[in-house]
Amino acid sequence: MTQVVHSPIAGRSPGRPEPGFGGITRPPRPAPTPDPGPPDFAAIRNSPEFTALRRRLRRFVFPVSALFFLWYLTYVLLAAYARDFMSERLFGSVTVGLAFGLGQFVSTLAITFAYVRFARNTIDPRVARIRAKAGIRE
Amino acid sequence: MTPPQTVAAESLGSPALNITVFGLFVAITLYVVYRVSHRNTSTSDYYAAGSAFTGSQNGVAITGDYLSAASFLGIAGAIAVHGYDGFLYSIGFLVAWLVALLLVAELVRNTGRFTMGDVLAYRMRQRPVRAAAATSTLVISFFYMLAQMAGAGGLVALLLDVQGKGGQALVISVVGLIMITYVLVGGMKGTTWVQIIKASILVLCVVLMTVFLLGKFGFSISALLDEAAANNAQGQDVLEPGAQYGKTAITRLDFISLSLALILGAAGLPHVLMRFYTVPNALQARRSVVWAVVAMAVFYLSTLVIGYGASALVGSDKILASSGKENSAAPLLAFEIGGTVLLGVVAAVAFATILAVVAGLTITASASFAHDVYASIIRRGRAEPATEVRVARRTAVVIGMLAIVGGILANGQNVAFLVALAFAFAASANLSTLLYSLFWRRFNTRGVLWGMYGGLGSCLLLVSVSPVVSGAPTSIFSGVDFHLFPLSNPGIVSIPVSFLAGYLGTVFSREQADPAKQAEMEVRSLTGIGT
Repeated sequence: MTQVVHSPIAGRSPGRPEPGFGGITRPPRPAPTPDPGPPDFAAIRNSPEFTALRRRLRRFVFPVSALFFLWYLTYVLLAAYARDFMSERLFGSVTVGLAFGLGQFVSTLAITFAYVRFARNTIDPRVARIRAKAGIRE
Repeated sequence: MTPPQTVAAESLGSPALNITVFGLFVAITLYVVYRVSHRNTSTSDYYAAGSAFTGSQNGVAITGDYLSAASFLGIAGAIAVHGYDGFLYSIGFLVAWLVALLLVAELVRNTGRFTMGDVLAYRMRQRPVRAAAATSTLVISFFYMLAQMAGAGGLVALLLDVQGKGGQALVISVVGLIMITYVLVGGMKGTTWVQIIKASILVLCVVLMTVFLLGKFGFSISALLDEAAANNAQGQDVLEPGAQYGKTAITRLDFISLSLALILGAAGLPHVLMRFYTVPNALQARRSVVWAVVAMAVFYLSTLVIGYGASALVGSDKILASSGKENSAAPLLAFEIGGTVLLGVVAAVAFATILAVVAGLTITASASFAHDVYASIIRRGRAEPATEVRVARRTAVVIGMLAIVGGILANGQNVAFLVALAFAFAASANLSTLLYSLFWRRFNTRGVLWGMYGGLGSCLLLVSVSPVVSGAPTSIFSGVDFHLFPLSNPGIVSIPVSFLAGYLGTVFSREQADPAKQAEMEVRSLTGIGT
């Protein structure tokens, strides 16, 4: 579990490891009393790191959501109103409609893994930096 | 008309074996539930299993919660009988998870603790918003549950050879009581393990059947499709869209309405949302969805093969003549390729599916009542955790009893539309308000209330004046006709109504969203700070 130990975004974390005897770092201790109170959410939200995080996330998820929604809608509309086209045989008895349907499976998996990659490379490090700055020990 | 039923009963193997395999599943799961549930006294343990599951475990559990009997028996049957149109269901059910992955899962995990109401009420006035969230949760859970329990009746007739209504009622009651035991003894932790076990068996079972079927046709999809068309009453039409929905302009529109409800509904289903709280953080919530997407992609691809395989090897005429109609396609196919043993396994899996899904719905509904209604509205946030859990358990018993009674009363009714309807409710009332509260700073209490009640209300109103209720041969009241709305699924109207109502409610309210709470929610939803 994570624990909030200090509020100001630019402040020092009181729970950070102190150099011990002979330079051996001791494990961090729990925050000293009294409880420093909740993090300053307004300050975090107005920080450039946070606005950049929000912008990056939205710039990925909104267009991609619109994309898969339109792609799905296209497919549904074709199935409903373009029956002849969807019934054309590609090879053997495999129809265009079936290929389109399998295409939805492929696009769903592709978007899933693209998002995982994006989140791992772009979102998670930013979140970790903001959390560290807010004084949260992982 | 007894001949078709006796044919089905005779050809469907040994009820004793079916019961034995199912009994084995129940024994194993009850043992696991008993072993994992040492303490269930805190609210966090009971509602969210202490948030201690990993993403992969929760992903499999989500698969278990989501793949209902409608998914397994219903889709396989729809593909076997109507061909391509049944496949469209699978695609909607799967693509819907992208909404959860991209827009909902991680933010909901970071913002809430136990229920959907936690997220919606975060920066709003607590009592009215929680009341709305609980109403929506209870309505959706009840409709979804009724569909599952009523399906159990038909399954009993088919698989256990219990033809009398009294005997079926008895079996439905037993299934309901086992389910209540899971929830009471295991809480969320035990229920999650039931989902994991069930999902593993279900996916393994359909994959093995699929590989076997493909092997039988020399791994040629085309050969399988040819054979399916040859043994289906609709012939080549089953390879093309429109066999079921293409008849008139109305049925096509109905199909589009259904498709919208499917893709937008999954991320608003309360029992799915609640699963995200069983993992410790947003990263694990993301992993959950990825595991679920992969497991379900495999599952839905397999149902395509199983559905066409049932048409090819069993034939649509024989499926429709059996006592379970479309729903019996997968069991009949299992019997055809694996004899009584495989049928026993498939029968047990089907029962386990109903059992596990209803357990998931029950714990969600009881959590929403205890957490949103009892603790937040009645006790104004001053309830003892132990008392709250006690209320949740009692609610679970009441809901379980309602499910049993509802299942017995609805047995034999045409309730297949209920699952699609639950998705329409979820898409109309929950998704719009969730997205607004997560992404729209100005959204306020009145927006939540208008969006939620507007979506729920328009859904209920449209369904009550639709052919589902009256005016068609398959209606609940087939003798009278007061239908005004031509579509069976209200999604195409009610989803936009809900988004519009949420917008208008916000704009017409002079109430300002609390800026401090708003900042807190925004930071918390994206970073998890404060959880």
